[in-house]
Amino acid sequence: MTEQKKDLGQEILNEINQDQLKKEHSRKPFLGKATIPLLAIVTGLIIGALLIALTSQSVYAAFGESIGKGFTQAFSEIGSAYKALFTGAIGDPVRMINAVRGDDAKELRQAFNPFLESLVQATPYIFAGLAVALGFRSGLFNIGVEGQLFIGAACATFVGYSITGLPAWIHMPLAFIAGALGGAFWGFIPGLLKAKTGGHEVINTIMMNWIAFRLTEWLLSGPMTREGSGGMPISPIIEKTAEIPQFFPSPIRFHLGFFMALIVAYVIWWILFKTTWGLNLRTVGTNPRAAKYAGLSTTKSIILAMSLSGALAGMAGAVQILAVNRSMALGLSSGYGFDSIALALIGNTHPVGVVLSSILFGTLRNGATRMMVVSSIPIDIVDVVQAIILMFVAAPAIIRSIYHLRKPKQEEEQIFLSGWGGQS
Amino acid sequence: MTTSSRVIEHKHIAEISSTRKIVIGVVEILIGLLIYLAFAAKTTGEALTKFVMTPGGIDQGLMADWILPSRITLLVLAAAAFVIGAYQLIRGFGKWTNLMIGICALFLTFGFLVWQAADKQLNLAGMLSSAVLLAVPITLGAFSGILAERSGIVNISIEGMMLMASMAAAIVGSVTKNAWLGLLGGILSSIILALILGVLSIKYKINQVISGTVINIFSAGMTAFISQKFLQHIEGLNNPKMFTRVPLPVLADIPLIGPILFNQNLFVYLMFLILIILQVALFQTRWGLRFRSVGEHPKAADTLGINVIKTRYMGVILSGLVAGIAGAFFTLGSVGRFDEGMTAGKGFIGLAAMIFGNWMPVGAIGAGALFGFADAIGSKLSLLGSTIPPQFMAMAPYLITMVVLAGFIGKGQAPAAEGEPYEKE
Repeated sequence: MTEQKKDLGQEILNEINQDQLKKEHSRKPFLGKATIPLLAIVTGLIIGALLIALTSQSVYAAFGESIGKGFTQAFSEIGSAYKALFTGAIGDPVRMINAVRGDDAKELRQAFNPFLESLVQATPYIFAGLAVALGFRSGLFNIGVEGQLFIGAACATFVGYSITGLPAWIHMPLAFIAGALGGAFWGFIPGLLKAKTGGHEVINTIMMNWIAFRLTEWLLSGPMTREGSGGMPISPIIEKTAEIPQFFPSPIRFHLGFFMALIVAYVIWWILFKTTWGLNLRTVGTNPRAAKYAGLSTTKSIILAMSLSGALAGMAGAVQILAVNRSMALGLSSGYGFDSIALALIGNTHPVGVVLSSILFGTLRNGATRMMVVSSIPIDIVDVVQAIILMFVAAPAIIRSIYHLRKPKQEEEQIFLSGWGGQS
Repeated sequence: MTTSSRVIEHKHIAEISSTRKIVIGVVEILIGLLIYLAFAAKTTGEALTKFVMTPGGIDQGLMADWILPSRITLLVLAAAAFVIGAYQLIRGFGKWTNLMIGICALFLTFGFLVWQAADKQLNLAGMLSSAVLLAVPITLGAFSGILAERSGIVNISIEGMMLMASMAAAIVGSVTKNAWLGLLGGILSSIILALILGVLSIKYKINQVISGTVINIFSAGMTAFISQKFLQHIEGLNNPKMFTRVPLPVLADIPLIGPILFNQNLFVYLMFLILIILQVALFQTRWGLRFRSVGEHPKAADTLGINVIKTRYMGVILSGLVAGIAGAFFTLGSVGRFDEGMTAGKGFIGLAAMIFGNWMPVGAIGAGALFGFADAIGSKLSLLGSTIPPQFMAMAPYLITMVVLAGFIGKGQAPAAEGEPYEKE
């Protein structure tokens, strides 16, 4: 190829300068960067509304009578569904205002419970989304979040119920760290394989997912099974001392884990953007060739990044066990693994973006539960909307052509990922 | 971009490095030891293993049962593996190395079954017959992957396509009361998803793994949505006509092989048909050469006047077609109704089978058969009252894939340009 005859030094210089261009690009105001994701979210919700109308039998019945009636019926169906979504996710505004005015503390908490529950739902997504985002930043596609989450949850559960007599301030962090370590180990293996043998992490992490499912299935019905469960794959309940505390009495589940997630997100931001190690990681991620010429060890950074990514995924499992479920069953995750890929990308693989997109989808998911009760719309509509939003975020050209936006002067940041061969 | 140098690297792959020669020899000897220590040493001299050699409920191609003295059989297997390993260490099998490690793996599996079924009986033919059925979606998934990847598109959305196709096949098959139309409906739905994947990856040049993830999430959500909204309430939508067992004339009467391979339903025959078509079309025809060149070196292909974009769309659509057949298998060839998430990761395992089979149709069917066999063993073992948890058997395919991917069987030859969007200059 002719490219190889070019002056290598010049090329490296170009590549390094490209990095700087990107930095200037990232100084764009927040709103500018958020335009595409926001429009994608709006469009996704509109398509979700269309789906609701298109799958409603009463809408078709109304269209049979007259077109006007059909549209009225469609709008009222969508309206009642999205209203249920809103009240389920945030709360009933009237009740909230009355509660703030009144001085009944219990009523106040209950009026705001939907919103707090949304944050509860968002918490594991923040951890899992950060796991995927960190991988992307280092040029790695961690599809194995689901498996790492299961292993992390299993480790946290084990420490949570098997150790007794510890004070809570030791036991709870210990169980949480055990979860992180379990996930880290599950991420370390594909990281090591990628760095040493070039085995692609996408395939290896998918395989590790299935191994993790089988392993936890065996653990929960064998060594870690609850006494008297009759062979049901479920673990014992964790000790009181291992629980991540919930702030309010029982139906409200809002817990400390949410703030732990925010702190972890801050730490990840700090590592990625304020430390040399983070810079190395990002350089390996965006420009492996430049990193190689600069003498950075890709081996080390791949292994570390995968382990750290796995640790974050493990934390997602641990927080869910220690704060919400309090024992482990096979139905622990409703697909956090794939959802977190979407969340990381919608959040532009930036910790702040991940936190925001996680809260958004935690909210949507929570609201959808109520929508299912009120308008009998299956909760899985959130997945459909999520896929559509992800598509728009990944292909901004589609959004731009829908809304007639101008093309940005600079190329958008592309996530660099290598093919199966792994010879990057 | 080191495409040109990569092509040259491929030529060295056939040669076996000296470390690999030794490692494989050691592994083979370890297999021999394992058969001896774990199986033979724990079996009493009088124990007999009885293998039933005709699947239940079949009256063509009958074969007498095999009754083997357990301990002696195991000792023979251990000795054979040991000899193969020793020869490998001293002389080396050269290009037969991978075949020999495969044979040793077969000994290990067979030995395991002999040990497990000592003093009991096991329907080996029934197990193989169900292994063939279990292999169908995995193998077809692998074929689907080969079609996309040989043209340069990474397709991790086979799982999503299969799931959508299984639902569409169930609905169309129920409404029309015709299995063939159901199959067609499944294929169409999968092709639509493939087109979306193609547009996202080829036209908008999104990272192909991400566009695949979009399809996967969309399919999982959409099928669950429709299933809960309609299929669970309206029984008439989820009660398709199925493809039944069709014994092939003459072939079905061959003992052992007949009942296992030639007395199955349409999907098994389709699997073999597609295998032959793929193998010939990809490697014996001009079309195949052009097709593969787009996946290996699109720039060169373009220079020679091959339409890269069109070829890649064709690859993706064909991939969707095969994934659609694989999906329809679940509802029309296996279960008879659609359940949420019923593909259970078979699409991903198909992807693994594709890699394991080194992007070759013949290799893919071998890998698919192996994975199907591991599944079948897992479900039979629990019936035998084995002490080994079935979950560990179920892990085997995934572990094997990772070992293969790590280069134990030799580095794979992924199409060089896959995953890279093509930009005309």
